[in-house]
Amino acid sequence: MRIHFKTTYNHDIRLFADRTTFLKYAALLVFAVALPFLIGDFYLGEATNVLIWAIAGLGLMLLTGQTGQVSLGHAAFLALGAYSNLILLDKGVPFIISFPLAGIITGVVGTIIAIPALRLHGIYLAIATMAISILADDIIVLTERWTGGVVGMFPPTIDIFGFEIERWTQPDRFYYLVLFTAVVCTLIYRNLLRSPLGRAFAAVRDSEVSAAAMGVHIARTKMTAFGISCAITGLGGALMGYYSGMVNNETFTIVISIQLLMMIVIGGLGSIHGAFFGAFVVAFLPQGLSIAKGWFGTSSVAIPGLEFGVFGMILVLFILFEPDGIYGRWVKTRIWFELFPFARKDMFKRQKSYLKTERLR
Amino acid sequence: MEFLQLFVSGLANGSVYGLIALGFVLIYKATESVNFAQGDFMMFGAFIALWLTNTEYMGLPFWIAAPMAMAAMGLLGYLLDVTIIRRMFGQSQTAVVILTIALGFVIRFFAGVFWGHEPQTLQSPLAVGDVTIGGVVLGMADVTIIVVTALLTFSLFQFFKHTKLGLAMQAASQNQMAAYYMGIPVKRVQGFIWALSGVVAAVAGILFASKGAIDPNAGMLGIKAFAAAVIGGFGSLPGALVGGLIIGVIEPFAARYLPAGYSQMAPYVLLLLVLVFRPHGLFSQVRTKKV
Repeated sequence: MRIHFKTTYNHDIRLFADRTTFLKYAALLVFAVALPFLIGDFYLGEATNVLIWAIAGLGLMLLTGQTGQVSLGHAAFLALGAYSNLILLDKGVPFIISFPLAGIITGVVGTIIAIPALRLHGIYLAIATMAISILADDIIVLTERWTGGVVGMFPPTIDIFGFEIERWTQPDRFYYLVLFTAVVCTLIYRNLLRSPLGRAFAAVRDSEVSAAAMGVHIARTKMTAFGISCAITGLGGALMGYYSGMVNNETFTIVISIQLLMMIVIGGLGSIHGAFFGAFVVAFLPQGLSIAKGWFGTSSVAIPGLEFGVFGMILVLFILFEPDGIYGRWVKTRIWFELFPFARKDMFKRQKSYLKTERLR
Repeated sequence: MEFLQLFVSGLANGSVYGLIALGFVLIYKATESVNFAQGDFMMFGAFIALWLTNTEYMGLPFWIAAPMAMAAMGLLGYLLDVTIIRRMFGQSQTAVVILTIALGFVIRFFAGVFWGHEPQTLQSPLAVGDVTIGGVVLGMADVTIIVVTALLTFSLFQFFKHTKLGLAMQAASQNQMAAYYMGIPVKRVQGFIWALSGVVAAVAGILFASKGAIDPNAGMLGIKAFAAAVIGGFGSLPGALVGGLIIGVIEPFAARYLPAGYSQMAPYVLLLLVLVFRPHGLFSQVRTKKV
């Protein structure tokens, strides 16, 4: 076990706790950069998929894991990101501007949507955002002039100052683009957590009353969380549009919203690692299932709904037995080894709260 | 006349939404959490009834099959509570929300495995015949749905208001700890309410399947029922019914008078408007505590 001997207050909020941690993440980054040379095009595509889901997951994690606001509507923001990027490209805006702008547009719209949603909390917020997600489908069809409606839009080749990235023929270049975005988003997220704003997010999540007592402006904090969360999700959506090669009204359905939420719960709510772990599960579950079907000799039989059935069962098991998700399990295992043989069973016992009605205040 | 016809068909649809919304409200009233799988409960109950009744499966008489389906769903609800939901005791509402969404997927998957994905119709004696009242032609199924829904809502309302168990449920949701101190077996009460909502879901499913075909994705109807429950004010049983009726009536009128493409948005737009302007619904249950 490493002991951090703190000599300054800044020690608490350093980006990396110590040199070993820094080296570990540096090694991970080197590995990620070297990945195209290590694996084939198919698995590189899968890795890209993982990173795109992780970016979208980071967005939702900031809102749900960090600020405690459940959103079932993030597919709408994925769609908004994808469409605003494509429409801007269509109007002749270069990718280098349209891509960040797509994130900003999504963030601004998210903030605007958050204003009425601020009055809602818990279940009501979940239902309201779910309605937004359902409406997004209809709105895309209605605004056919810009979005192409049911026919959809086809992302053109990305062009950054003459450097071309084509998703199908140059998967390695597309991978680097996604990796770069993922690293930037992760850094933004990590730095946000160290800032007063990030602390305010956590305070709002843990108790709105105590947060207000500490001088946190609840409404403004929630709005900022919505905005930043939607902006990151919008970037993820733009990339997802490129990855799927075609975007129409059925690309981002309510099911994607639910999948995104389930993903961050499986990964571990409230941690950056959780978004990435969850993305692994989402991206590799279809492959894993087809391999598993091969074992039973039923690989040719298509079972509709199997993927979501299994995903649901995994989630039920996680919520029951490991509410902290994959990352929580990882932390517990690591601490068990670090403390060996002094780790105790009750070290991670969760505080239970008894329910009181929200209808009587 | 066309107006009346649209109105009545809307009422019948709305009653089904209201019935599913009743399931939400029951669980919300007693446990302060929302069962996002209620629509899938409804679908599963419908399939059990269909499996027992239809001649290509078991071929039992409808009036034996329907109570059996209700009992089976009650048992399922109880078992789900005992094995899964009860373990969430003392954890946040959000966790229960996510858990029930996941359960919904699992239920949908099993329904697909058992009964396939083709839409099927329940061979129900409710579905035959028409009634003509004052020039308006009503399907027998529509009339039955409206009557059964009204009766069920009324009896559940009386149950919560006047019986010991109903009051115990309300107490358990208002303050779990205090309810414990008063000698209410909170966990058992919670199990009972899940069973009850399973039974209500089965009734909704049987009525819904008598009206039209069902398939494993019929549970998505639950989303409209959310709108119903929210509009009525989560936690109010008559509110759930009224909300369901409002949604049900708005739909055919929107389809008739709004331009194509806008009509299916109507229930959700209404839901958002209610959430923004009256976040606690038309029949608000929120009261301020006075010291």
